[in-house]
Amino acid sequence: MLIDWFTVGAQALNFLILVWLMKRFLYKPILNAIDAREKRIARQLADAKAKQAEAEKQRDTFQQKNDEFDQQHAARLRQATEEANAERERLLDEARKAAEAWSARRQESLASDARNLNQAITRRAQEEVFAIARKALTDLATTSLEERMSVVFTRRLRELSGEAKSVLARALETAAEPARVRSAFDLPTEQRAAIQNALNETCSAEVRVRFETAPDLVSGIELTSNGQKVAWSIADYLASLEQGVGDLLKAQARPEAKAQS
Amino acid sequence: MRLSPDEIVFWQAGFFKLNATIVFTWSLMLLLAVGAKLITRKLTTAHERSRWQNLLEIIVTLIAKQIEEVGLPHPQKYLGFLGTLFLFVAVASLCTVIPGYEPPTGSLSTTAALALCVMVAVPLFGISEQGVGKYLKSYIRPTFIMLPFNVISELSRTLALAVRLFGNMMSGAMIIGILLTITPFVFPVVMTALGLLTGMVQAYIFFILATVYIAAATRTRGPRPEPAPTT
Repeated sequence: MLIDWFTVGAQALNFLILVWLMKRFLYKPILNAIDAREKRIARQLADAKAKQAEAEKQRDTFQQKNDEFDQQHAARLRQATEEANAERERLLDEARKAAEAWSARRQESLASDARNLNQAITRRAQEEVFAIARKALTDLATTSLEERMSVVFTRRLRELSGEAKSVLARALETAAEPARVRSAFDLPTEQRAAIQNALNETCSAEVRVRFETAPDLVSGIELTSNGQKVAWSIADYLASLEQGVGDLLKAQARPEAKAQS
Repeated sequence: MRLSPDEIVFWQAGFFKLNATIVFTWSLMLLLAVGAKLITRKLTTAHERSRWQNLLEIIVTLIAKQIEEVGLPHPQKYLGFLGTLFLFVAVASLCTVIPGYEPPTGSLSTTAALALCVMVAVPLFGISEQGVGKYLKSYIRPTFIMLPFNVISELSRTLALAVRLFGNMMSGAMIIGILLTITPFVFPVVMTALGLLTGMVQAYIFFILATVYIAAATRTRGPRPEPAPTT
C-alpha cells in the first residue's frame, strides 16, 4: 500500500502548520513592506505633484507680478518723461519770458538813457544857445543901443492905447511908491527926461519915477509899478524864445516815449 | 525496490510512526520558516533593500499575480494556502540536489494529503465567497442530472492531483536511482537537472490547478456579458 493514512494525516497537519508559518513569517511581512513602500511612493508622488502645482502657482504669481511691475515701471517712466518734458517746457517758457522781460527792460533802459541823454543834450544846447545869444547881445550892448532902446520904449509908452493904457495909468496913480524904471546901463539925463515926459503924457499927470540899473536885463528898459509892467528887452525875447523851444522839445519827447513803450 | 520515503521508518509506536516523509517535511518546514523569518526580520520600506528581500518580494508578487491572472480578484486572501502549496512542492523538488535527501512529495501520502487539503479548501473558499446555498447549487448546474458527475469530478480531480504529483516526483527519484546503477557518472547529473525542471513544472501545475479549482468554486455565475455587435 502506497498510502499510509497516518502519514497522510500528519502531512496534512504539517502542511496546515506550514501555511500558518508562511503567512506569519513570509506573506504578511512582505506584503506589508510592499504596501508601505507603495504608500510611501504614492505619498511622495502626491507630495511632488503638490509641490509642482505649488511651484507652478508661484511661478504664475511671480510672472504676473513681474508683468505688473514691468507695466508699472513703463507707466512711471512714461509719466516721468512727460513730467520732465512739461517741466522743461515750463522752464524754457519762464526763461524765455525772463529773457524777454530783461530784454524789454534793457531796451526801455536804453531808450530811457537815450531820452535822458537827448533831453540833457537838448537842454544843454538850449542853454548854450541862449548863453551865447545872451553873451553876444551883452557884448553888443552899448550906450547908443541904449539910446535906441529908450526911443523905442518911449514910443511904445506913447502907443499904448485903450485898456492897457488905462490900467497902467490907474496903477501909476494908485501906487504908493514911485514907478521903477530899470535899465541895463545908466540912462543919460535926456533919455530919462524923454521917458518922464512920455509917462506924463500917457497918464496926463506928473508921474514919480525912480531910475535903477539892472545888468540882468541884458539890454532893455522895464517899467514896473504896482504889479503892472511895460518893458522892452532882449532878455524878454530870449525868455519867450526859450519857453517856446522848451515846449516844442517836451512835445517831441512825449510821442517818442509812447512809441517805445 | 523502495517507491516512497514512507517506507523508511525511524520510530514506530502502534499507529504512530516517524518516517522519512515526515522528517524531511519537518526539515523543509524549518528551512522555509527560518529562512523567511531571517529575511523578513530586516525588512525595509526604503528604495534600497537587500537582495534576499528582493527575491522574496519577487516570489510573493509573482505568485499573487498568477493567482490574480487565473481569476481570483483578491489574491491576498488565497496567497497563504496556494502560495504555500507552490513553495512547498517547489522547495521539496529543489532540495533533491542534496545527497541523501528524498522529496516528501515523492510519497503518495504527502501528495494525497495535499490533494485532500485542496479538496477541502475548494468548497470552503467557495462557501466563504458565495454562501452555502449558492455553492451547493453549483453542483446541480446546468441540470440536476449533473450532480453525480460533478461529485465524481471533485473526487477524480483530487485523485488526479495526488497521483500526478506523486508519479512525477517518484519517477524522477526512481529514474535517478536506476541510472546510478547503469551509468554512474555523468548521466544521473543530467537527469537530476532535468528532475529539477520537472519538479518546478509540477509545482507550478499543482499550484495552478488548485487555483483554477478555487477560482471555479468562488466565481459567482452571473449572466454572461453579451458579445459586442459586429458591424
